Amino acid sequence: MTSTDHSVELAKAGANVTGWWSRLVFLALRFPLGAFGAVIVALFVFAAIFADAITTVDPTSTNAAKSLAAPGPGVLMGADFMGRDMYSRVVHGARISLAVGVGSTVLGCLFGVIIGLASGYLLGWFDLLVQRVIDIMQALPLLVMALVMAASLGPSLQNTIIAISIPLIPNVARVIRSNTLAIRELPYVEAARAQGMSELRIAVRHVLPNTLAPLIVLGTAQLGAAILTEASLSFLGLGIPEPHPSWGRMLSESAAEYVRTAPWLVIFPGLAISLVVFGTNLLGDAMRDLLDPRQRS
Amino acid sequence: MPMTEIRNAQAAAAPVLQVDGLKKHFPIRKGLLRRTIGNVFAVDGVSFSIQPGETLGLVGESGCGKTTVGRTVLRLIEPTGGSIRVRGEDITQLSRKALRPYRREMQIVFQDPFSSLNPRMRAGDIVGEPMKIHGIGAEGGERARLVARLFERVGLRPQQMRNFPHEFSGGQRQRISIARALALNPKLIVADEPVSALDVSIQAQVINLMMDLQREEGIAYLFISHNLAVVEHISHRIAVMYLGRIVEYADKVTLFTRPQHPYTEALLSAVPVPDPLLKREKRMVEGDVPSPVRPPPGCHFHTRCPYAQDRCRIETPALKPVGEGHLVACHLR
Repeated sequence: MTSTDHSVELAKAGANVTGWWSRLVFLALRFPLGAFGAVIVALFVFAAIFADAITTVDPTSTNAAKSLAAPGPGVLMGADFMGRDMYSRVVHGARISLAVGVGSTVLGCLFGVIIGLASGYLLGWFDLLVQRVIDIMQALPLLVMALVMAASLGPSLQNTIIAISIPLIPNVARVIRSNTLAIRELPYVEAARAQGMSELRIAVRHVLPNTLAPLIVLGTAQLGAAILTEASLSFLGLGIPEPHPSWGRMLSESAAEYVRTAPWLVIFPGLAISLVVFGTNLLGDAMRDLLDPRQRS
Repeated sequence: MPMTEIRNAQAAAAPVLQVDGLKKHFPIRKGLLRRTIGNVFAVDGVSFSIQPGETLGLVGESGCGKTTVGRTVLRLIEPTGGSIRVRGEDITQLSRKALRPYRREMQIVFQDPFSSLNPRMRAGDIVGEPMKIHGIGAEGGERARLVARLFERVGLRPQQMRNFPHEFSGGQRQRISIARALALNPKLIVADEPVSALDVSIQAQVINLMMDLQREEGIAYLFISHNLAVVEHISHRIAVMYLGRIVEYADKVTLFTRPQHPYTEALLSAVPVPDPLLKREKRMVEGDVPSPVRPPPGCHFHTRCPYAQDRCRIETPALKPVGEGHLVACHLR
């Protein structure tokens, strides 16, 4: 749905919809929490894109003199035990966290949707086979699955994304399949068949769009989980390799050793993770409402 | 064969739809190996034909198989046996692809106005979609004009093309369904309880719309309903179904004035009459419809028939003529 699609509904609600700005303001007033979430997410996306422009110190350069320096002038968020600037590392970490979160979620949802839709629409032996494989995958926790994947693929950003996306596939496939089962029996699907529409087109045009609503919620929740999983993987040395700044590794490395003596090493990456997860969840809820035509008028 | 008699009883014009000995048995599967342990005899040898511009009412209790007949005729459900002819062409065995041109000839309108329209599509796209599939009005703006005309014909405003289904009332949604069915200029519309879910005042509007369209376009209807008053209003001929079989088949006036089958009699006596002083002899049928998994032998109706005799319990009555175009499946007539 493009923003122009809303103009009719907005006009009906009495809003002044002359330009994109007033449209945006209207949406923000209707979904204040969603707008708040959008601002948080936008902030992190901005930090990820312009990380080099808004920081002055290389996130990987060490400085023995500043080891474990407390936040203050010159070191906004303090420095870690190797004297690396925490502010620069948190800002640059946004890049990795967002790449891992968005990348693995999109990848996992894409394959999950294809498998779930095919499974629920085709049924028969294909469905039976797919569902048993999914049973096996779901028997293992997300982290264990990701661990196995990451260990066999080797540590790198790309492999971390793949490793985290694979455990997501069964969750998405299950949700999409169950919705597909309900929707494939509805009269409007029968009507499409009576018109002579091909089964593939029915599945894509009539069934798929009506199965996606829970995916947005699932996807945004997964975004946070993916960032946390990346943190765990990196901590175990299977995720993003040193010296690249990863919030998760920063957090888990410092937590045990420095939480009492240098709490800023834990607080700032932890805050970043919490904020991003919080922001994506708020945005996701608002998106779900916005994308449902029934909720719009 | 009952069908030859029906054919003789009618004018020689080629029927839009001719159904011969249609059967649909749903297998009941059980266990790990999905073995078939029985069948639901939903439709068990149904024959009828519909002439151009004619309405055949198909009535019966819930579960008698009337909806299955409608779905099977459109090949939305595959028949177990029998044949379906559209304008003389046998479509029973056609592949999906070969069936496509015949899809233009017959369309369907469903009972539930809420689940029969895709909630994420605009009303105009819903009505235009069949044209898109069959490549009608592809050149710039032509399809939108055709859709706008359809909206006007079913009594909706073309401006409403941009709206989503949830913005319409139940009656308006049925109008959209009818517009979608009309998009391909069909010769036959299967209307499966099209007004049962609507308020009484709206029912009349939709029925009148359907009758107007029939007058203007010569569309034939297979009108499936359990509501005898509605069926009497719209139908030319009526087929009464009981447990997967047609038990009586006659033109509207004959059926309502001189019903011959005990089941039809009972159905008619159950229709409320808007006159509190009129005392009628009520012939209520006792008990429930037997299970279509194990239909009773002989005449399916003998378990509830007040006149049942030994013969009815053994021998299946054939559909035989008792008058001009009037067929009854009863040993006692």
